Amino acid sequence: MYQTNYHRPTTIADAISLMSKAEDGKFLSGGQTLLPTMKQRLASPSDVIDLTMIDELKGISDNGDSITVGAATTHAEVAASDIVKVGIPALAALAGTIGDPQVRHMGTLGGSIANNDPAADYPAAIVGLNASVSTNLREIPADEFFDGMFATNLEDDEIIRFVRFPKVEKSAYAKQPNPASRYAMAGVFIAMTGNNVRVAVTGAGNNGVFRVEAMEAALAEDFSAAAISNLSVDPDDMIEDLHGTGAYRANLVSVMAERAVQSAR
Amino acid sequence: MEPRSAVATYNAAEDHYTLYTTSQNPHVARLVLSAFYQVAPEHKLRVIAPDVGGGFGSKIYIYPEEIVCLWASMKTKRSVKWTSSRTEAFLTDAHGRDHVTKAKMGFDADHKITAFKVDTLANLGAYMSLFSSATPTYLYATLLSGQYNIANIHGNVKAIYTNTTPVDAYRGAGRPEASFLVERIMETAARQFGMDPTDLRRLNFVKEFPHQTPVIMCYDAGDFDTILDNAKKAADWSSFPTRKAEAEARGKLRGIGISCYIEACGIAPSEAVGSLGAGVGLWESAEIRVNPVGTIEILTGSHSHGQGHETTFAQLAADRFGVPIDNVQVVHGDTDKVQFGMGTYGSRSGAVGMSAIEKALDKVEVKAKKIAAHQLEASVDDIVIENGEVKVTGTNLKLDWHEVCLGAYTAHNLPEGMEPGLKEGAFYDPSNFTFPAGAYICEVEVDPRTGVTDIIQFVAADDFGRVINPMIVEGQVHGGLAQGIGQALLENAQYDPQGQLLSGSYMDYTMPRADDLPDFKVSTNETLSPSNPLGIKGCGEAGAIGSPPAVINAITDAIGNNDLSMPATPLKVWQALQAGAQSQAAE
Repeated sequence: MYQTNYHRPTTIADAISLMSKAEDGKFLSGGQTLLPTMKQRLASPSDVIDLTMIDELKGISDNGDSITVGAATTHAEVAASDIVKVGIPALAALAGTIGDPQVRHMGTLGGSIANNDPAADYPAAIVGLNASVSTNLREIPADEFFDGMFATNLEDDEIIRFVRFPKVEKSAYAKQPNPASRYAMAGVFIAMTGNNVRVAVTGAGNNGVFRVEAMEAALAEDFSAAAISNLSVDPDDMIEDLHGTGAYRANLVSVMAERAVQSAR
Repeated sequence: MEPRSAVATYNAAEDHYTLYTTSQNPHVARLVLSAFYQVAPEHKLRVIAPDVGGGFGSKIYIYPEEIVCLWASMKTKRSVKWTSSRTEAFLTDAHGRDHVTKAKMGFDADHKITAFKVDTLANLGAYMSLFSSATPTYLYATLLSGQYNIANIHGNVKAIYTNTTPVDAYRGAGRPEASFLVERIMETAARQFGMDPTDLRRLNFVKEFPHQTPVIMCYDAGDFDTILDNAKKAADWSSFPTRKAEAEARGKLRGIGISCYIEACGIAPSEAVGSLGAGVGLWESAEIRVNPVGTIEILTGSHSHGQGHETTFAQLAADRFGVPIDNVQVVHGDTDKVQFGMGTYGSRSGAVGMSAIEKALDKVEVKAKKIAAHQLEASVDDIVIENGEVKVTGTNLKLDWHEVCLGAYTAHNLPEGMEPGLKEGAFYDPSNFTFPAGAYICEVEVDPRTGVTDIIQFVAADDFGRVINPMIVEGQVHGGLAQGIGQALLENAQYDPQGQLLSGSYMDYTMPRADDLPDFKVSTNETLSPSNPLGIKGCGEAGAIGSPPAVINAITDAIGNNDLSMPATPLKVWQALQAGAQSQAAE
């Protein structure tokens, strides 16, 4: 790791001010990707501005028809939260399967979605639940937040404050982990309220998280695994790597989608 | 697991080097650094390898980085430290296995094996490593007879240089490759004959010992029927069809696979390895230092990097003289403390290292008895050592162990002509290899839609000869099984066509984790090796040698497609299922 300046602001205003003064600053919120990248000398920010000491970015609250999760809330806190477990059980379950216990106690919601790793779990929940991302500047709908692999529509000095997840009638997340890294090879989040169904896929697509509209339409008609058993995604749009071909990942998307429908509650 | 690391210190006043390093064989490292790299003569170079965090073969070899540390220390007159990163370890530490083999096995009308023909291409990587040429030849083709009576075996191994990291001995070293080949082809034959795979194996077992195979090895002792019986019983073999039907009702494909492996350990008779071209002898040395107060130091040329020698070796002395095990210290891994040693690999520390200790203990016992007999005015033949007391049998005459030891050092009252002190050394050169063997049964469930394999049950019934410490032996089996199952299901060094390593971190190289593994059902049967004084065969590599074919036999049984290479990742199993479905559709 190259030398860097570490900052620990306690307000969003201070964080923005530090970023504006930095030559090449980076926000840090858990560091489960940024720090390994820095250790491998693939990133060398002049300043690292840690957001996890900012109180207003933390915590989980129940708004009746939605749940708000602060950006600096850890995955372990989401997984253990009674509010989330009762209100959106699939979201708590998803958070409980991210990485390992060490990752879950350091990694945060805001850090995960701002990084937008194509195999991260949270992007599937954001898009699947049609959540909205609130920053210091604006509120961004789920479908406009992510912008391909490791890219979002956040500005350089924009900080995620919280994510608002609407409660739904039924939801579930099913994933097959990569055998080595245990990131998702294909993770499918399905959310249903009445005849409004969303199907969001992470880990598989070569442009990051995506929705499967054909499955959404079929499930809106008939919310059953059988309804989507003949539907699949295009293997050419899938990631190809050591662990999976496009055809294999396309197969996994179908299987995980069916299993998510079967386990939705 | 621990990456390689070294601290080198040059002392200009004494013109002397000290190297702390992660080695499985510090004396051999010193010899090679001295004689071949000419860093310094042996008496000017001390190599210390304290508790090393795992070796698995990769720390037998002498790598450039440690030598550079020594050189840099001499140049700078300062200590120089280097530690490998995990990615550097993947790129530079010797890799294992990597064969491509074509084999044919012939049977007569009674399903007895008539001949076995093997053609193997063995990857050596880009450079010659220490055992590179021996591993796919002497340690591989000599085991092609398996547990079976095969009159004719023809093995042809071509070792080839490629653009990969060097490939060398890795837990099992040639023997996992041999057992995989033999046990996969036996399974394939049983399926083609429509026979129970255990029946075909049993029909062809070697049943009389010693048994001279056509590929050099002479099996000295074993009882393959009993270990197969033990394994089948532990696995509840006969009720497998019920379990398969129950799994099918849950949408899972259940399969069972067996492997009856044999390996050659106790490496190795020096004359034999000399005749094969080795530049060293593979004996082991030991020294027993009994201190005046009766405490005991065991200096061994074996090296402990996780095997628990500190416990097992100490048991030998504690049991023999009846002293508390806390009064016994095992000293290893330092060329200034231990006279010489060949180190630990090839499951040799029990059969060879402990045999040297046993020989040295014999000498100590003889001298202690002579001293006691002299002081108690008895015949040496009447002296027995029990529970820390040296007694004249049939009388109440006795000395405490520490009184005899103190007497050896005060030397006030020793037999005529006896030298003072109580310290003995021994070298032990084995008369033959030893032949651990076992029957392993693996039961899996495959998810046909994702290709994910779950190991539901794993049974290991082994014969390691005499077991000194059952818990440590069981631990060795568990570790070996985890490594063998890792090879079968998970681990893979992958390169792109330009030779760039793609699996250079744990993000892409799949290490076995606890949740990849079932509870293991392990047992041992003891047929003693006649080739060493303790009857030990060795246990360090067995799990890694016997398990891969059991796993692959189980998966191919489950999916009904015999064409499956290791590692059987979910992707490959799914592809094999797709290919099987396509070939069925074509029929």
